[in-house]
Amino acid sequence: MSRWLTDPILAVEHLSMRFGGLVAVNDVSFCVGRGDITALIGPNGAGKTTVFNCITGFYKPTQGRLAFAREGRADAAEVRALTNTGKRHARLPSGDIYLLERMPDHEIAAKARVARTFQNIRLFGGMTALENLVVAQHNALMRASGWSLLGLIGAPSWRRAEASAIEKARAWLARIGLEERADDPAAALPYGDQRRLEIARAMCSEPALLCLDEPAAGLNPRESAQLGDLLRLIRDEHATSILIIEHDMSVVMKISDHVVVLDYGALISDGTPDFVRNDPHVIAAYLGVSDAAEAEQVVAEISGEARP
Amino acid sequence: MAPAAAPSRLQQALRDAAFAGLVTAALSFPMLAIRVESDMNNRLVLEERWPLMFAAIAFIASARFLASMLDDWRARAGAVAGVWSMLLGAGLAWFTTGAQAALAPWFLGGGALLLAAALLLFRASPQEAEPASGAAPAAASAGRFVTLAGFVALGVVVAYPLVLLGWLGPQGSLKWINNYGVQILIYVMLGWGLNIVVGLAGLLDLGYVAFYAVGAYAYALLATTFGLSFWICLPLAGILAAFWGILLGFPVLRLRGDYLALVTLAFGEIITIVLTNWVELTNGESGISSIPRVTFFGIPFTAAPDGFAATFGIAFSPIHRTIFLFYLILVLALITNVVTIRLRRLPIGRAWEALREDEIACRSLGVNTTNTKLTAFALGAMFGGLAGAFFAVRQGFINPNSFTFMESATILAIVVLGGMGSQLGVALAAVVMIGGTEILRELDFLKAVFGADFDPSQYRMLIFGFAMVAMMVWKPRGLISTREPSIFLKERRAVAGALVKEGRG
Amino acid sequence: METFLQQLINGVTLGSIYGLIAIGYTMVFGIIGMVNFAHGDVFMVSTFIALIAFLALTTLLGIPSIFLALLLVMIIAMVMTSVWSWAIERIAYRPLRGSFRLAPLISAIGMSIFLMNFVQVAQGPRNKPLPPMLNEVIYLMGEPGAANAVTIAWRQIIIIAATAILLAIFWYVVQKTSLGRAQRAVEQDRKMAALLGVDVDRTVSITFVIGAMLAAVAGTLYLLQYGVVRFDDGFIPGVKAFTAAVLGGIGSIPGAVLGGLLIGLIEVMWAAYVSSDYKNVAAFSVLVVVLIFMPSGLLGRPEVEKV
Repeated sequence: MSRWLTDPILAVEHLSMRFGGLVAVNDVSFCVGRGDITALIGPNGAGKTTVFNCITGFYKPTQGRLAFAREGRADAAEVRALTNTGKRHARLPSGDIYLLERMPDHEIAAKARVARTFQNIRLFGGMTALENLVVAQHNALMRASGWSLLGLIGAPSWRRAEASAIEKARAWLARIGLEERADDPAAALPYGDQRRLEIARAMCSEPALLCLDEPAAGLNPRESAQLGDLLRLIRDEHATSILIIEHDMSVVMKISDHVVVLDYGALISDGTPDFVRNDPHVIAAYLGVSDAAEAEQVVAEISGEARP
Repeated sequence: MAPAAAPSRLQQALRDAAFAGLVTAALSFPMLAIRVESDMNNRLVLEERWPLMFAAIAFIASARFLASMLDDWRARAGAVAGVWSMLLGAGLAWFTTGAQAALAPWFLGGGALLLAAALLLFRASPQEAEPASGAAPAAASAGRFVTLAGFVALGVVVAYPLVLLGWLGPQGSLKWINNYGVQILIYVMLGWGLNIVVGLAGLLDLGYVAFYAVGAYAYALLATTFGLSFWICLPLAGILAAFWGILLGFPVLRLRGDYLALVTLAFGEIITIVLTNWVELTNGESGISSIPRVTFFGIPFTAAPDGFAATFGIAFSPIHRTIFLFYLILVLALITNVVTIRLRRLPIGRAWEALREDEIACRSLGVNTTNTKLTAFALGAMFGGLAGAFFAVRQGFINPNSFTFMESATILAIVVLGGMGSQLGVALAAVVMIGGTEILRELDFLKAVFGADFDPSQYRMLIFGFAMVAMMVWKPRGLISTREPSIFLKERRAVAGALVKEGRG
Repeated sequence: METFLQQLINGVTLGSIYGLIAIGYTMVFGIIGMVNFAHGDVFMVSTFIALIAFLALTTLLGIPSIFLALLLVMIIAMVMTSVWSWAIERIAYRPLRGSFRLAPLISAIGMSIFLMNFVQVAQGPRNKPLPPMLNEVIYLMGEPGAANAVTIAWRQIIIIAATAILLAIFWYVVQKTSLGRAQRAVEQDRKMAALLGVDVDRTVSITFVIGAMLAAVAGTLYLLQYGVVRFDDGFIPGVKAFTAAVLGGIGSIPGAVLGGLLIGLIEVMWAAYVSSDYKNVAAFSVLVVVLIFMPSGLLGRPEVEKV
């Protein structure tokens, strides 16, 4: 049974985003299953990153609802009730619900616990790898340092919190194989290491949903494989669902449980990797054919040649 | 250098020198060679001063020629100094008589010696290899050196007034403790305060002097109106300035880069204009005078029986107050420093630096960037306000002229020249910039060379401005550009300056 | 009503001068993304060059026609000020291009301090007053001598006309010539422009030169209007002109002119109707309000945050 329908962590409903006259995302609805690796794919300019920016609060959607049920299954009636109150957040017996489209970006990260990485890596380049991972624990550490007051006087509770934050960062560095380079500035690391460090940094903020924007871009095959292992590890060992934008189909098909396909800002396919792989609309979009009937013909020709 | 290339090099150098001379001629033709003066009837007349223009051309062209001919910077510096000295000697011999002309042979001879020495010693020496930037071991040792140098410098500063007092006596040491000690330390503190905003959080503030003014006027007004003592007013001034920092910061901190700089510049100017024109409160241009002077925790520094000298059974001297002020500003500056260093190792400090590195990434990690910026702004403002209160109690008189844009620019220059974020660098830059301009007050001996009506003090700011340009061209990232990580796992290694971002905000 | 019309004329005159200076700021910001803090002082230098040239032409050479003299003064000021601006860019900014963002700003502030003090040392700290020129006025409304008369002085007509003509020429250069194309290319992407064979150094230099020429026109007109110059006359007009550039939308040349006119009007109206003590506060408040509520200005392109 498809988990994204029975237990979605995020329900994107009728999402639209316009920039002036340009419609970047047009009435897109899909769900992200709890514990799944969901891939968001589509040709260049399909609006994938815009969807990401809406989910993580960097853009305010023109229209649509982004209901995020952090812990448990959200009842449709409860979500509707929350929407009508005009509030951003409700605490229900089944868990917390957040309406992400109403929240500023830093609150989405801090409260709803949606973390993300960026297409063009955004590490704190002049800070060390270790510092990058400690900054990611900012909000927890701010509370532990008594909004700096306990920290200024060096209170023992703060020292313990700091030590455990460093230990957590160290563990993540060990997991991505960068423990040796903990004290090197992030900008001095090789590209593939920077990609993994950015994912580790996002994970240090303990997200319920991790959004990865083209994490395999620019990686060589070995690094791509390492990345796939890391993502599976995150899914299996942490209670973190993953939403991933990726162009590398080998990565997508191998690791994802659920694939959503966008083209020209609209949803064209949504299902299991096998379903999407064989969906004529998807093939048409990737081959640049405008009409589905024509695409089926193309597909028939291709499969005819491939399997004579 | 291959011998075959030598003639073309000479030609090239001559061409460079001719071009530089031509540009100098064009620059100095109206501005230097002709001076507009008012005559007896208050009409404007032109006064021609062609020798000045030719002197400027000779100095610039010769320097350009030598710079093109020589590779080693020591050879360049020595040769230029030598040739300039000879030019000066020639000028003295040609245009002056008497005591001034008698100096000419010294300049000619000394210049020739310097030129010869520079050419012989350094011309043949091989070019020193540029140190590779960002080399980890070098950076690491630099980090330890910086810490050590900081402690040594602190020891020197603590001993400074006492050593001077013992050496020069109360009369002789006053100027040195006041002009070089207190004056520099005020700017060290201001630099450290602004460093939180600009160096750590990467927010460009061109109106920092506004908070300095708020602190100074807060103390002056509270003390003269309500008779509150300095020790009560000092924290109040800091709180008030921090409050103003939040008030001004709140609307503007979402602006980026140069826009933020300009809004802060505008705030700084508005505050100065208000201080000038709100005569009922501030007494306008005439300022506030007879501000109560600092006391030794209640004991005044006077010759009276209950004064400091009588209480401690020592002879009265005004130097006591100056020395007390010196240690007071030293303590205030050190508080600024210690708080900053500690905060850097707390989440808030790391968030400031992360903000400087990448604001969008910060937001994606749940950092409330508005609050983070506001704390940096308010804290910087608070230290500015404390320094302002100190300034008021030191001067005993304040007016708006002490809080012009020039002050903001000077403090910002100290922070940038120091190397953004580096505490020791900022202190060094304050010593260089403020100490340097103070030393320029001591150039009266130049009257012997340039004649009695030569006034060296008017060249002070001219040289200051030029030095700002020269230092930026020489070290765009400041004196100490490496960054010390706030935490480490195995070993603390300094981060090369080229990797550290300067912030867009 | 009469006061308003009179202030309108005065405001447009002042605004023309601000607009001309503002173009220098907006072009330099557009092309290399720096606030050329010394531009106000370049303007101040140009007023001195114009003053010297004017005195030399009228008293030494004895040119009788004041219009011919003014035309020559303007040309001399444009050429000489260009050399200054070129040299400043070459010495203080070019070595810092592409380095640390704050370094050119500090360098520019240093250059501003240097220029101000250089002129103070070279030309003396006192005001340099010229006797008023071209004072004859045309009565647009009311009788001569009447309190409610609305007048425009010949020099105001010259200022507004000269501004309009020079802007037209300048607009042609920027829009229609290959130089203008190179400028816009460097503005968009310096590295790519260089790869495509645009001489970036030369283009940037020419931008500084053009900005200085317009500032020199403003300087000549300023001298004509106020008849008195001083070494520290660069800072406040400089900041106001920058405000004008921001108000119009930094990077937009028509915006700079529009912003200049608006700032001139706001300042004159504020002084006439509110308080002349606080007229500079008006200009700075406009800067603050515009930046907070409309950071891309009136005619600027809105900046979209790239994630």
